[in-house]
Amino acid sequence: METGTPEEVPVVQEAREEDLELLPELVTHLRDRRTELREQWANRITNAHLLSAMTDEEIFSMATSVYDSYVEVLETGSVEALQAYARDLSERIIPRGVETYEVVGIVLLLRDVLARSLFEKYQKDFELLNRVLDAYEPAANRIANTVAVSFVRERERIIRQQQEAIRELSTPVLQIRERILILPIIGVLDEQRANQFTEQLLAGIRSHRAKVVVLDITGVPDVDSEVANHLVQAVDASRLMGASVILTGLSPEIAQTLVTIGVDLAKMNTVGDLQGGVEEAEHLLGFQVTRAELADPQRR
Amino acid sequence: MLVSILRQGSYLLASVHQALNDREIVQFQHDLVDQIGRHRARGVIIDVAALDVLDSFGSRTLANLAHAARLRGAETVIVGIQPTVAFAMVRLGMGLDNLHTALDLEEGLAALERLLQPPPPAPTGQGGR
Repeated sequence: METGTPEEVPVVQEAREEDLELLPELVTHLRDRRTELREQWANRITNAHLLSAMTDEEIFSMATSVYDSYVEVLETGSVEALQAYARDLSERIIPRGVETYEVVGIVLLLRDVLARSLFEKYQKDFELLNRVLDAYEPAANRIANTVAVSFVRERERIIRQQQEAIRELSTPVLQIRERILILPIIGVLDEQRANQFTEQLLAGIRSHRAKVVVLDITGVPDVDSEVANHLVQAVDASRLMGASVILTGLSPEIAQTLVTIGVDLAKMNTVGDLQGGVEEAEHLLGFQVTRAELADPQRR
Repeated sequence: MLVSILRQGSYLLASVHQALNDREIVQFQHDLVDQIGRHRARGVIIDVAALDVLDSFGSRTLANLAHAARLRGAETVIVGIQPTVAFAMVRLGMGLDNLHTALDLEEGLAALERLLQPPPPAPTGQGGR
């Protein structure tokens, strides 16, 4: 299992030692022009229609924080603070529908804005400009990488969390009468979920000492040969444990699909709907359900 | 002792206590088929609850055993297959077709009773008398 602690993003390119000496000068320049460049950046974000889910004030305060962390990374060479900030920011903006391209887009915009200002400052001395860019580019690219990766990781973490939640919700094993279980299966049956529900089915048979299990697949949207195969395996495994399985809830479409693709469910005991399945299960175990007499006449 | 074979009325109860290697499985098969004849058993229960793994050779031998037992006049029920074992077996495509299985000893005995019941008399006159 992944723990979700983000490790360091690998450094893709490295600046030369002598170029790195220029970084302090660069940082001073960016600090001096902070207000102006930040303004420029925020404008370009708005013009590019990025982060449309956020208000102008939010964009501005985000721009301030990111700008400062950006300069800090250039100064110290350590991305940890930026990483933490990016993670935090992602956590806040992902639920509001901010997309990956937007996040990557704004970081690249900042990189461009800063690069432009460097061009402007050093345009007189081409030699020096080149060396400044040699120092600036690796750091800037690393920052872009860090922010994008942090964002994507945060998204993946959320997706994993949700998968986990769905998995836990997915297959209740319910006893409805002595030695009769119901398993309603809802949602797409992929390999992993099929394995999981089979395990739960078998454990349920063991712990409830079930003899008959009604497997209801009304909530399974699509049954192909692979899903059918999972079902056959679950039924066979149950039989090995001495329980018989009644499959219910095959819709007309699914029944026709299975016939068309030639899946053989002949070994399976199938009944049209859940009610029929439960009745069949009761019949197998000799239960008889009768309607109680209506309330006696005197009380009516 | 790896396997104990106990007699209970006209039934034999074989409990496998730990994983058997191939040679021991074959030995077990010999012993059991031999005892079926000696005790004139009509039903056999093989309890594999202590096994948490059963390979293809093991399950094939169990199937052979049941087949041999039937030739000697006894029905066989396998009981106590663990959930993980059951799942592993079907995933490896080793179903125990034509074999009777039950959850535990109690169910196994009930299953044997059912299996060994004399068939109900034929409804029309021809076969009955």
